[in-house]
Amino acid sequence: MIALDINGKRQNVDVPGDTPLLWALRDELGLTGSKFGCGMALCGACTVHIDGQAVRSCITPLSVVANRKVVTIEAVGADPVGRALQAAWVEVGVPQCGYCQAGQIMSAAALLKRTPKPTDKQIDEAMDGNICRCGTYTRIRAAIKQAAARQGGAR
Amino acid sequence: MSAPVVRPPEAETSSESRVVLANVSRRRFLQGLSLGGLVLAVGFESRARAQEPKKYGADGMPNGWVDDPLVFVSIADDGTVTIVCHRSEMGQGIRTGMPMVVADEMEADWKRVRVAQATGDEKKFGNQDTDGSRSTRHFFEPMRRCGAAARVMLEAAAAERWKVPVSEVAAKNHEVVHRPTGRRLGYGALAKAAASQPVPARASLRLKDPKDFRYIGKGQLKLVDAADIANGKAKYGIDTRLDGMLYAVVARPPVLGGKVASVDDAEALKVPGVVKVVQIEPSPPPAVFHPLGGVAVLARNTWAAMQGRRALKITWDDGPNASYDSVAYKAALEESARKPAKVVRNDGDFDKAAAAAAKRHQAEYYIPHLAHATMEPPAATARIVNGKCEVWGCFQSPQAARDLVAKRLGMSADDVTVYVTLLGGGFGRKSKPDFGIEAAVLSKAVDGKPVKVTWTRDDDLHNSYYHTVSVEHLEAGVDAQGKPVAWLHRTVAPTIISTFNVEAKNEAPLELGMGVINVPFLIPNIRIENPEAIAHTRIGWFRSVSNIPHAFAVQSFVAELAAAAGRDPKDYLLEVIGPGRQVSPETLGDTWNHGESPERYPVDTGRLRRVVEMVARESGWGRKMPKGSGLGIAAHYSFVSYIAAVVEVVVDAKGALTIPRVDVAVDCGATVNPERIRAQMEGATVMGVGVATLGEISYKAGRVEQNNFDSYQVTRISAAPKIIRVHIAPGGDYAKPMGGVGEPGVPPIPPALCNAIFAATGKRIRRLPIRDQLTV
Repeated sequence: MIALDINGKRQNVDVPGDTPLLWALRDELGLTGSKFGCGMALCGACTVHIDGQAVRSCITPLSVVANRKVVTIEAVGADPVGRALQAAWVEVGVPQCGYCQAGQIMSAAALLKRTPKPTDKQIDEAMDGNICRCGTYTRIRAAIKQAAARQGGAR
Repeated sequence: MSAPVVRPPEAETSSESRVVLANVSRRRFLQGLSLGGLVLAVGFESRARAQEPKKYGADGMPNGWVDDPLVFVSIADDGTVTIVCHRSEMGQGIRTGMPMVVADEMEADWKRVRVAQATGDEKKFGNQDTDGSRSTRHFFEPMRRCGAAARVMLEAAAAERWKVPVSEVAAKNHEVVHRPTGRRLGYGALAKAAASQPVPARASLRLKDPKDFRYIGKGQLKLVDAADIANGKAKYGIDTRLDGMLYAVVARPPVLGGKVASVDDAEALKVPGVVKVVQIEPSPPPAVFHPLGGVAVLARNTWAAMQGRRALKITWDDGPNASYDSVAYKAALEESARKPAKVVRNDGDFDKAAAAAAKRHQAEYYIPHLAHATMEPPAATARIVNGKCEVWGCFQSPQAARDLVAKRLGMSADDVTVYVTLLGGGFGRKSKPDFGIEAAVLSKAVDGKPVKVTWTRDDDLHNSYYHTVSVEHLEAGVDAQGKPVAWLHRTVAPTIISTFNVEAKNEAPLELGMGVINVPFLIPNIRIENPEAIAHTRIGWFRSVSNIPHAFAVQSFVAELAAAAGRDPKDYLLEVIGPGRQVSPETLGDTWNHGESPERYPVDTGRLRRVVEMVARESGWGRKMPKGSGLGIAAHYSFVSYIAAVVEVVVDAKGALTIPRVDVAVDCGATVNPERIRAQMEGATVMGVGVATLGEISYKAGRVEQNNFDSYQVTRISAAPKIIRVHIAPGGDYAKPMGGVGEPGVPPIPPALCNAIFAATGKRIRRLPIRDQLTV
């Protein structure tokens, strides 16, 4: 049994410690909002926060997650930055198929926490690990800026 | 409790089952071959149908259209209107667009509309094969009638309640009003009574005047799924969870036509969580949509299944495609492209005109195989309970999934239910439900227990239905002013038809009709030829299909001719298109015309000119560009829509490429959801940039060389255009036929981009992807 702190809740999973967090979330805990896209930290669809940092859950073994705070897309809206991003995503009409967007929002949330008013270059750097095959990038940029502005990042 | 307006009719009891492919013309093409047995083995419709008069548009699609409000609309007592969307949502916004049309015509308040997804059942819902950029142009009218009929039933119910003539009542914004007295009844209160009204005759329906549309053409509505997507609640094929479900991954033959020679699963079965190893039998060729076969590992979670697969020891018998090699194949295609071949269009006399021309030019263009690489890899879940199979998955063609699962399990299609989840990208890959059949086969192997099959990214790249690989050879003779008087286009590429008929070696009408024979250029001598090519992998549809190589070649070559003539590329392009006129696709040798009527959908060069002029104006074409910067233009007609693009590039001293801005002009006729048209053009632009700069699937020893997003690269945010401006041609008439939107934005982008690179650097790109060709 491995004890996890997921979205503020203590959860136990009975899988080997080398199991990536992504599969524990999706298959054991039913939190399917974090997506599988590559399994090698190449696409960002699985992005979650561990102690506030954006992390690719598909390559993060459970053994290193124990006793650290994991936040997934299902709970990022409890935070004002996450909530602002989710609202901006809807308002700007970012999603097309939507599959990568949970990971995009998680990466964007980590960015805005660190850098409340990011430049285009900072956005590109923070978001370059998140692939969107539908090509929603211009709207991702616009939505991040909108959320930043609502959060007081732009004055 | 809910009182459906509409009790869906009893479940269909017909046992007729057949597989239908993406478009009617493909079927007709196959019927024309003397390979009926082979083709009919996958269930094509009988030959008798070929004798009927040719049908077009939705009429020509398998199972056509349905406009019955009892099928698509229900109203609960609380007034909630539920509208069924029968097309698959893969990012094009169809779950918003189609219900919006119904809601507008029935005067439903969008805030009180819910959208339900249809199961795969074409007899009930009409054609559900969501590809070919067809949903809106084929179902706009049936959905309008559906909404109008629901409105009439609600009005009739209210008139009956009030005992007044129906001419005195009118539905407006979710209620029916009695005009003389101002009495009102909400849709919820009328639901039961409306349900028992007769469905009005189609001919009696009054459709709204477009000036009264509340939603159609406005683009103010948010996507119905946007909030669920943003908060992680949206459910895709990969997200299905059932009690007691097993998780499977499959080791598939790495070479098309390969088989398992031997398998040792002892180590796999020792992996904690692995439950069972099951072999899936391959089907004999042609590939069609059948599973490739292989060895499946079933486990209690996906990770355990993946670990188990890694521990399998499999020896493959690779079969006849084991020598497929992309370098050698490119050389073979080039050799074919340089020799005379089957003539598929011949206007005037190319040889004579070229011989007499002031100057001759030629160029060859290459585009490799591509994989869709949908962000959600293929995934499906199946279970079998009491002789009935249920399948959940990200299917573009749920009826094909249903029919093929039934066939493989030896069941009636009536006993198979296919639930369509959201699709995490489709792009044509998910038209092929092989992964759904795998899930059903595996469920059967574990006594019907639920099994989810997840494809990894390697699986997706190694075992896809690939975009073809092609060489396009062009020659032109020009007059003293540099204007083309003779045009030869030799296109050679393995055909999609090879996936259904291993003998097929020539491009089919549906491929030739994608921008090679139907170029509407004002050139008196045009010859189009198509050498043979043998396929060694599964060839399939990839967003905009053969338009990609054809538009790349044609629009690059026109720009090359312009440069040789010392002319402005935009002016030259307009001159080659010639004056605005309606060209019958049949006179261009195009018998396909995207499945649409040649009378209703002629090739309109006036519309093509208009998007060129519009994009030139909006992009500031002709503005002075700093050193290392350039603008490129291209225009292409596909999916009966007209698109032109101007790409702006900067190429720095080291050859690094950036794209500050792209302008796209689109004329797809009248619009339903212009906001999503913009989104589709933006996305198509990014995909076009990826095709041009990065995309390549290559083979060595029959195997795909790319494994994941490190070796199969796609456009990321830093390389994407910084600004994409979409200009929608105004003045669309809702009485006129609509064009497609999902695909036609892709083809103009690679040539416009390469034309811009030429403008910026003087370097002409003829081989995609560009990758490091600009590196100094």
